[in-house]
Amino acid sequence: MKFNLKIWRQKNNQDKGAFKTYELDGVSSDMSFLEMIDVLNEQLIDKDEDPVHFDHDCREGICGMCSMYINGEPHGPLRGVTTCQLHMRSFQDGETITIEPWRASAFPVVKDLAVDRSAFDRVIQAGGYVSVNTGGTPDANEIPIPKSVADEAFDSATCIGCGACVAACKNASAMLFVSAKISQLSMLPQGKVEGAERAQKMVAQMDEEGFGACTNTGACSAECPKGIDLSNIARMNREYLGAKIGSQD
Amino acid sequence: MNLESKIPEGPLAEKWTNHKFNVKLVNPANKRKYDVIVVGTGLAGASASASLAELGYNVKAFCFQDSPRRAHSIAAQGGINAAKNYQNDGDSVYRLFYDTIKGGDYRSREANVYRLAEVSVNIIDQCVAQGVPFAREYGGLLANRSFGGAQVSRTFYARGQTGQQLLLGAYSALSRQVANGKVELFPRTEMLDLVMVDGKARGIVTRNLVTGKIESHSAHAVVLASGGYGNVFYLSTNAMGSNVTAAWRAHKKGALMANPCYTQIHPTCIPVSGDHQSKLTLMSESLRNDGRVWVPKTKELAEKIRNKEIHPNDLSEDERDYYLETKYPAFGNLVPRDVASRNAKYVCDEGRGVNSSGKAVYLDFRDAINRDGEDTIAGKYGNLFDMYRQITGSNPYKEPMMIYPAVHYTMGGLWVDYNLKTNVDGLYATGESNFSDHGANRLGASALMQGLADGYFVLPYTIGNYLAGEKYEKIGTDHEAFKEAEKSVKENIDKLLSIKGTKSVDQYHKELGKVMWDYCGMSRTAEGLKKAKDLVRELRADFWKNVKVLGTNEEFNSSLEKASRVADFLEQGELMIDDALHREESCGGHFREEHQTPEGEAKRNDEDFAYVAAWEYTGPEQPEKLHKEQLIFENVKLTQRSYK
Repeated sequence: MKFNLKIWRQKNNQDKGAFKTYELDGVSSDMSFLEMIDVLNEQLIDKDEDPVHFDHDCREGICGMCSMYINGEPHGPLRGVTTCQLHMRSFQDGETITIEPWRASAFPVVKDLAVDRSAFDRVIQAGGYVSVNTGGTPDANEIPIPKSVADEAFDSATCIGCGACVAACKNASAMLFVSAKISQLSMLPQGKVEGAERAQKMVAQMDEEGFGACTNTGACSAECPKGIDLSNIARMNREYLGAKIGSQD
Repeated sequence: MNLESKIPEGPLAEKWTNHKFNVKLVNPANKRKYDVIVVGTGLAGASASASLAELGYNVKAFCFQDSPRRAHSIAAQGGINAAKNYQNDGDSVYRLFYDTIKGGDYRSREANVYRLAEVSVNIIDQCVAQGVPFAREYGGLLANRSFGGAQVSRTFYARGQTGQQLLLGAYSALSRQVANGKVELFPRTEMLDLVMVDGKARGIVTRNLVTGKIESHSAHAVVLASGGYGNVFYLSTNAMGSNVTAAWRAHKKGALMANPCYTQIHPTCIPVSGDHQSKLTLMSESLRNDGRVWVPKTKELAEKIRNKEIHPNDLSEDERDYYLETKYPAFGNLVPRDVASRNAKYVCDEGRGVNSSGKAVYLDFRDAINRDGEDTIAGKYGNLFDMYRQITGSNPYKEPMMIYPAVHYTMGGLWVDYNLKTNVDGLYATGESNFSDHGANRLGASALMQGLADGYFVLPYTIGNYLAGEKYEKIGTDHEAFKEAEKSVKENIDKLLSIKGTKSVDQYHKELGKVMWDYCGMSRTAEGLKKAKDLVRELRADFWKNVKVLGTNEEFNSSLEKASRVADFLEQGELMIDDALHREESCGGHFREEHQTPEGEAKRNDEDFAYVAAWEYTGPEQPEKLHKEQLIFENVKLTQRSYK
């Protein structure tokens, strides 16, 4: 297969950046999208040109590191997969493919297609945990949890933190990411204790990082490779409002 | 050098309890005077960082990924073992200990393995308290499944994403300590050297992967939790960035590397589809419960299938060779990982492999679907079938899956004593980066257990014992030892950048991987290993003359990152070969063709090889020196495995 690749090149955070077009021939339909970029990079290196930098690691759809905006969609045209699980057979021979980094002011570009998502880490640090130290915890079966609750908490917990939700949102809102963690913990008895405080702190941090507001278009959930449900946002709003009403200050 | 394992006195079941009582303690008010560096933020690193910070130590945590949550522990699918005996099926700490020792083919330390089994129960309590959403029964209690041939159900799981959920739990505990100011986080930062002062590990030199800045960090102790070295094979189930660099650089500063030849090859991975392939994807082992493994009976039929002249579904029953069922009637398709892998290699070597490469065998669900119906099979394996279809474009409900073995885990690693301390004072190794608990073969669902045991429940005690004897004084990074280490790191980088050769780093990595896979992979011979040693040495010499690394150090430079890692793989690979060559026996993942039973099974030599081989670096291009730690078995009887 043969492709025209229109790729965002930006040397570093200070650089303005621009699209550059590359022609790539001899692509196998069995290649993953990232392997296709590997092939391009080998050719670039051969011509003494700087290879395209992109984040990637596990290449099996779980680490959340790959983050390409392909033909106007995070992780490309397929639903429910990350870029590393996208294969070239999903594209037409001869097609022009536009590849950009996540675009959000809270995710500054590091180089080319790699962005800085440490804002997500800071949101988790603001309260995305149960405050237990190691040791001295009760026997695991002393906290029975209905299967339906555990399953639902699990669904929220499958978020891989890739940031596709932010990239998909016209407001660059991080509500889906933040709500998934708040939901997981608020559904479980272990997390309920700190529920109100957690919701307030994480939402405050999310705002401080410069993520936009939610206008309920649902693009985040539609583009989420793990299918995190929009109902998480409703649950977060409930937690947050409840915390605000009940708070002392 | 005398390798002291520091195994505590007393009966097996009391060793850890006694040891915990005997270790020296650091006064709570004094803990804040000690700094600890942790390299790696997977299960072992994140759990250690969080637990040490909770105790009051100042922790600096490093990872090469953009966030600690990306560490490759996240990709573990199956589950985590623990001797809870919640199922009332006769499990116990002793049984988990025994299964692990036997599964490791009697090449691990009894005391370490017993402690692992002992703390396994605490791990589950800890994770549940953190809010890890394990699978549950309708009554609300935790669910278990059996795994990897164990006769009891002791595996806790969170669908097929157990590693993810456990890592996010450890990451959340770590994040809490970052918020508390007790952990300083260094993402996109790679350790490039260990710094020694007065014979003790006192810090590391790192490279910021975005700016290229070389920096020194000083501490009272250094913990390596940097994972395994499976990527020496280029193609493996490891993440692309997984590397041996932190461990290898520590090795070059004096830490011994133990049993490097012990690698685990997983039988059910999606086969290589072409030269472009960058990584291999694991398909859960559970598929072998219902799938039947076969290849065409003759080379001619296999060739026709490879050329797409005939379709596998067209082959009649007597044109198919269900080789595992024929050879191992008792275990059939459920033989252990190493046996299944080796036999797939044999039939492909005979020219009966399928796929265009000839390096694949069928895993066929036709009979299971006819027997149980498509819905039942979809209920059991639906997500795996979808993943397979996504990657290969082929529908496993309609035609047989193709599988082939792939490198999955490395049991070898830095030598550590009972305290998880390497032979270098102040340097600890945990999780997959050490050698300690899995012997020559790791059992399924035991990697997660070990990573968290080390980080949550072992290291916090043993490192305190060491620090209690250390002075509070910090060593400034302007100390000569740091300056020297920085200088050597910079020189190494400059050298890589100055070669300006013609071959890319990936080309070297692929060539190394092929040599390792062909001669130091699933089965090994003295002749092949000797050849491989020459090939690796030639490749390494060529690398340093002809590798092409573009750009500068002062930028985000993926070629430079890879070059520095591949340079270490080129050295580590040779040591793996040396180790495989010297171990004149077969055990677990190490199969020497010269040493097999008349039935073709691995034949151990307990008389001469019941020891840990720990290698000492003696200088560039010098042969490494072998040290032996004799393994003493006081509680289990060594037996031969059989699966007929």
